[in-house]
Amino acid sequence: MKAILRGLLPLLLVAVAAPLSAAEIAVKDGESIQAAVKRAKPGDVVLIHPGQYRESVYVDKDDITLRGVVVEGKWPTLDGEGKRNDAILYSGNGIVVEWLKIVRYKGNGIMGQAGNNFAIRYNVIDDAGVYGIFPQFGQNGVIEYNVLSRISDAAIYVGMCDHIDVRNNEVFGSVAGIEIENSRHNLVENNYAHDNTAGILAFITPGLPIKTAYDIVIRNNFIVNNNTPNFGAPGSIVSKLPVGIGVVVMAADDVVIEGNIVSGNNTAGVVVTDLSFITDIASDPESEPNPDRTKVLDNLMFDNGADPVAEVKAAMLSQFSKRGPDILAAPGSAQAPDKCIAGRDRYTTFGVKKWADCGAAGTANVRSHRLAEKVAPRTIANDEGRIEHLYKGICAGCHAYNMRMIGPPTIALQAQYEGNPQGIADYLANPMKKRVDFPPMPPQDHLSPEVRLKVAEYLLNKVKK
Amino acid sequence: MRLRTPILALLLLPAAHAAAPRGDAVEWTLNDVCPAGFALEDGGCRLRSLYRGLDSLQGAGVGGPQTGLPPLREGFSPQQIDLGRLLFFDPVLSVDGSLACASCHDPERGFADGLALSPGVNGLQTGRSTPSLWNVGFLKRLTCAGRAPTLEQPAQGPLFAANEMGNSPERLAESLNAIPAYRTLFRQVYGGDGTIRAEQVYAALAAFQSTLVSLNSRYDLYAAGFHEALNEREIEGMNVFRSFVARCAECHTPPLFTNQQIAVIGTPEPEGRAFDPGAQKIGGDASQRGGFKVPSLRNIARTAPYMHSGRFKTLREAVAFYNGGRGHAVPPGEKLSLHWHIWEPKLAEREIDRLVDFLQTLTDERYTPQIPARVPSGLAPGGGGLPQETTGGPAQGATAAAAYRTRIEEN
Ligand code: HEC
Ligand code: HEC
Ligand code: HEC
Repeated sequence: MKAILRGLLPLLLVAVAAPLSAAEIAVKDGESIQAAVKRAKPGDVVLIHPGQYRESVYVDKDDITLRGVVVEGKWPTLDGEGKRNDAILYSGNGIVVEWLKIVRYKGNGIMGQAGNNFAIRYNVIDDAGVYGIFPQFGQNGVIEYNVLSRISDAAIYVGMCDHIDVRNNEVFGSVAGIEIENSRHNLVENNYAHDNTAGILAFITPGLPIKTAYDIVIRNNFIVNNNTPNFGAPGSIVSKLPVGIGVVVMAADDVVIEGNIVSGNNTAGVVVTDLSFITDIASDPESEPNPDRTKVLDNLMFDNGADPVAEVKAAMLSQFSKRGPDILAAPGSAQAPDKCIAGRDRYTTFGVKKWADCGAAGTANVRSHRLAEKVAPRTIANDEGRIEHLYKGICAGCHAYNMRMIGPPTIALQAQYEGNPQGIADYLANPMKKRVDFPPMPPQDHLSPEVRLKVAEYLLNKVKK
Repeated sequence: MRLRTPILALLLLPAAHAAAPRGDAVEWTLNDVCPAGFALEDGGCRLRSLYRGLDSLQGAGVGGPQTGLPPLREGFSPQQIDLGRLLFFDPVLSVDGSLACASCHDPERGFADGLALSPGVNGLQTGRSTPSLWNVGFLKRLTCAGRAPTLEQPAQGPLFAANEMGNSPERLAESLNAIPAYRTLFRQVYGGDGTIRAEQVYAALAAFQSTLVSLNSRYDLYAAGFHEALNEREIEGMNVFRSFVARCAECHTPPLFTNQQIAVIGTPEPEGRAFDPGAQKIGGDASQRGGFKVPSLRNIARTAPYMHSGRFKTLREAVAFYNGGRGHAVPPGEKLSLHWHIWEPKLAEREIDRLVDFLQTLTDERYTPQIPARVPSGLAPGGGGLPQETTGGPAQGATAAAAYRTRIEEN
């Protein structure tokens, strides 16, 4: 099904249309997107009309869509003017960001922090800082139909995420085109990665709190002419990437490389390596350094290795060649026989002698690595839910229903304050010592007066055995 | 007070144990109620928090505002926790009866001591600045250089280090066994004949420390969806904090504001002090030279001075360190594998100010345990002479908690 739809933008747009209940909040040139986000409720769509938006936008709510309205080629543009940090930061679940131009930020174009079920698509991102699109700690998302250029680290960076599809994007003029790092169950498909320092990376980086990367399919991509001199920030991991590589698999496990067109990359088409590839970085005993069970299936590779970096040139000289190879397994575990290759004689290779021959099985059965069901919503869905959550998270740490804890039992407080929630609200702000046999209650003055009243009402009316 | 039923009246009656005055030599009884924030469940005290019910990717306890916590050491009995509290404040644990855990980890000073280096017994000094103990029960790697994997271990460090409490396991058990009140209390917790073993001391201390939870700050309310809890400046600071320019959240990752990794960031030692090799000293790995555990930033406004050496007196100086450029404070001749997130963010002065504003929203000391009025040894709780010098000014947002503590003492 999905394969048939692929590329049919108009059809996809129907599927994208907002649910009926959702409100649309229009933002026009000269207005603030953030102000609209503040008003938006879960399910709402912020419609951003053509214009220049000079701001950073953050979304700490669930189910918000930021949708650009493109009119006769005129786009809404978020412009960081070289001085703002990130264009869009989100932490909510179910965030959609689409049809925006993003330029001249210092940090990231679009950054997600532990938001699940996201879609980032149809965006044009140029010169937007360190990463163009960077979901972190997220599950179940798609990054598709974006065009990204001139990004000083990875144009698309999936960092510490599970179940993400990255497809149909164009990434160029960046240090890394697409980087999948310390992530699991990812599909990188139908992307055009060209003129970067390196095209597509599947990495384990040591020193991060989530340690593994595995089950990554790199399929049907065009990975071409990635020969842009490295302009990564000094000290950054990508600044250590040798120029001219199509695909790098570093320490990541169960990576499948299939159906790609890999050509014109001047050092090598595909490099498989352990962690020693990146030097001058603090070691991490908890990071497993070896790339295990890499599979290189049928790919079209030609004209790679025309002008390899010195280390590769030296290695190839031992094989009486001055060119870099299509496929290079670095010395060490990358050359071990747990890996496999199909049609090895078609490629120029280094270090794959011990690799097995891959069987016939490709990844055709993998249509997507997203989850069949969305990640469940978080506990807090609405205002009422928030108050319940607050009571259970704070008050219930000292008040049980009918038992003495640090504080007196709720059933007693209900009797004491029956019909008088304001009395409780006032007490919460400045509790004075009442009972000789209890410690004083710490003030809850970090709660606003409205929230104090609501939680008091909750205590009086909702808390039951 | 209007009571509707006699049952309610019963519920309000003081529990028997609480009637016994604290510190009465004959009447030592342990609290049978879990400490603030904890409720009795399956026979042990378990945390109630705003983060309950949230999960995290791969169960790692790192992410964004709406991310679950890493696993907490919990489920201890109220009595064991309370015994740990008495031990924590009792200077009998040190060789000469002069220092309690609380002497350095002072609840009045964010469970640190306000000093760059702390005086130990015999006029010696600690090698590093005392870290706060807030939320220590969530950490899987303890001490500045990540030396100790469990909460039982760091207690043994200071207990037996010559420059800290100077004791030995045998002496410790001996002095506690000589105090009848402790024998009674240990029997209440551990059963048996009340002969006290050093392991029981570590376990009780661990139980107590894992209840030092701070997760009800104004930031936490924001994270729980009460966006009005932070003002515009603080939100701006939060956005700088998690931006990819400052990158603070990449290491100081919510919800604990630490990703629990070792990172080489190259903070300076005070003038004239030798370079501290940090994690290199533990594993011997040169690439980890100068590596330190990423500390949690909760209650950070309360625990000046900052960094392993206590080199920075104010929060602003500590934050401004990151703007100084990659490796700017590394001594000449030192070769460090600096972390890749340490770069030149070129933050504006205004942004540094906002970062400091934001960090102050992480203050929450509502669950400060009660400081015992007396401890079983009869010595002054906390060793009496808690250090007087403080470097940080009174922290914003901590006033309510301070007033609360004052009331505890009056109580
Ligand atoms: C740290 C523990 C703690 C937390 C958290 C806590 N309470 Fe209390 N609460 C107490 C104690 C202890 C008392 C008894 C104080 C006294 O009698 O001096 C008390 C007393 C009360 C009373 C009785 C006041 C009176 O006039 O007698 C009310 C009502 C109350 N709490 C409501 C709440 C609500 C609502 C929350 C959550 C927002 C909450 N408490 C959170 C410990 C706590
Ligand atoms: C003389 C001052 C001093 C005393 C007394 C002291 N500590 Fe510490 N504590 C320190 C210092 C300094 C460190 C940091 C050590 C390091 O990183 O090398 C520390 C570290 C710790 C840690 C690790 C915290 C973290 O975040 O990694 C724990 C837990 C701890 N102490 C518990 C205790 C207990 C329990 C006692 C009483 C038995 C105690 N301390 C007594 C100074 C002291
Ligand atoms: C590369 C990881 C990393 C990044 C990024 C980072 N920190 Fe830190 N931070 C650390 C480490 C490690 C320490 C402990 C260093 C030491 O003790 O020498 C620390 C210490 C601190 C301290 C002192 C804590 C204490 O208890 O003494 C503060 C405050 C702090 N960082 C704030 C920040 C802010 C603000 C930012 C963003 C501008 C930031 N950090 C970015 C790793 C990091």
